[in-house]
Amino acid sequence: MMELVCPAGTPAALRAAVEAGAHAIYCGFADETNARNFPGLNFSREELADGIAFAHRHGAKVLVAINTFPAAGRQAVWHRAVADAEAAGADAVILADLGLVAHVAEAHPGLRRHLSVQAAAANPDVINFYAENFGVRRVVLPRVLTVAEITAINREIDVETEVFVFGGLCVMAEGRCSLSSYATGLSPNMNGVCSPPSHVVYAEEGETLAARLGGFTIQKAAKGAPAPYPTLCKGCFSSGGVTGHVFEDPASLDASELIPALAKAGVTALKIEGRQRSRAYVREVVRSFRAAVEAVDAGRPLPVGQLARLSEGQAATTGAYAKTWR
Amino acid sequence: MFGHAPEIPVFPGAMTAPLRLAPLAPMGVALTLVARRLIARHPGLIARLGEHGDKRFAIDPTDLPLTLLMHPHPTHTRITLYRRPPEADARIAGPLAGLLGLVHGAYDGDALFFSRDLVIEGDTSAALALRNAIDDAELDLGAEIAALAGPFGAVLAPLIAAMQRVSGVALTRVEGGMA
Ligand code: SF4
Repeated sequence: MMELVCPAGTPAALRAAVEAGAHAIYCGFADETNARNFPGLNFSREELADGIAFAHRHGAKVLVAINTFPAAGRQAVWHRAVADAEAAGADAVILADLGLVAHVAEAHPGLRRHLSVQAAAANPDVINFYAENFGVRRVVLPRVLTVAEITAINREIDVETEVFVFGGLCVMAEGRCSLSSYATGLSPNMNGVCSPPSHVVYAEEGETLAARLGGFTIQKAAKGAPAPYPTLCKGCFSSGGVTGHVFEDPASLDASELIPALAKAGVTALKIEGRQRSRAYVREVVRSFRAAVEAVDAGRPLPVGQLARLSEGQAATTGAYAKTWR
Repeated sequence: MFGHAPEIPVFPGAMTAPLRLAPLAPMGVALTLVARRLIARHPGLIARLGEHGDKRFAIDPTDLPLTLLMHPHPTHTRITLYRRPPEADARIAGPLAGLLGLVHGAYDGDALFFSRDLVIEGDTSAALALRNAIDDAELDLGAEIAALAGPFGAVLAPLIAAMQRVSGVALTRVEGGMA
């Protein structure tokens, strides 16, 4: 069966994911070492050890994301995070920085190494480089590839691949986008936060809700329209007399219908985005996707009604997987 | 339940009528007691607030003519009630049934926010920290209040459960999600 890798921003969400049928849970420490460093989220050392023990009791694995890029001269913070994850019993660490990958290969050879989506490894040459030199066992593919490209990559590599199937969508090659730095000085790559809430202000302007980031208005929502989070790449801007989204219309990823194709493409694991979502959300999404991967494994059709419900009422996209670029 | 807004039930007028009429000061004292008891039993709540642990949060149930001002503290949390929204670092407003559903794990905070059932003003970080801390704490206000009622708890607990069934409002912790 394909492995279902599920998000947990809190210990309660981790337990919810395990109970709902996650095969593996990914999470991180409450600091800049992980790419979802949001207020009130993530794990202390003690919470991680307890969470891992809980998951292991129920036959699930825990993958610890240490996937930001260490600041020069302060590598010790990231090295300590890896050592603490191993001591807590982590089944793998998810890494993005080449130097950190090398360090883990040398100092923690027994600790399974996954390559984060933040490393943006999108071709067989670079994936094989990480595998041969640093013993990387799995790579999380950037969300820019089609199913045909994933199939071709899998033919030429000897490591497992993991792909995102559901949740928020980062439209750039992850780990390479610095948009957030320009507006706030903080980026997912260095600080673990894209468009950080510390720089977000919502203002009611008459009937309109303006969402600002670092003083820039990123989006305005008319009365009754959905409230936007001012993520820079998803903003709606006016320039040269034209108002619109610069990159794409914001939509969230739902590749559930592509699970059979992804299985055929040789993908090992399916990843659900959403470490910032509630335990209620995690439980429902995980439950639905567990039913879907079981159906695919048994050669049954996807449980349509259930999965359709997931994206009802919101704009959903199959992302790059089945895309013809403009 | 997911990206889209759930149907939030309307908190029945019969259940809110006493809240409209009751004097604010004693209600504030009672809520302060409940909050202190909750925090003593869930110290993780304050830890998770981190640098936002000393902020003042205005919790504004939009279908009630009152706002709670919560000033968290490891041992001396204070809740004061106001008829008009008071000054605060962050204001979180929404229908009472939605706010209770968030506390009890029936709804997803992002979904309620995007659908504008939930409004956040002021310090966005502090509001997010509070939301995440509460989601992790797996609180059960119905059970807490029944426990506080001492010998009356035995009567109160089934009454709360019945009110939840009839109204569809999450008055106790929901494990499988409601919507
Ligand atoms: S601005 Fe958009 S593309 Fe860039 S890191 Fe943030 S979410 Fe990703």
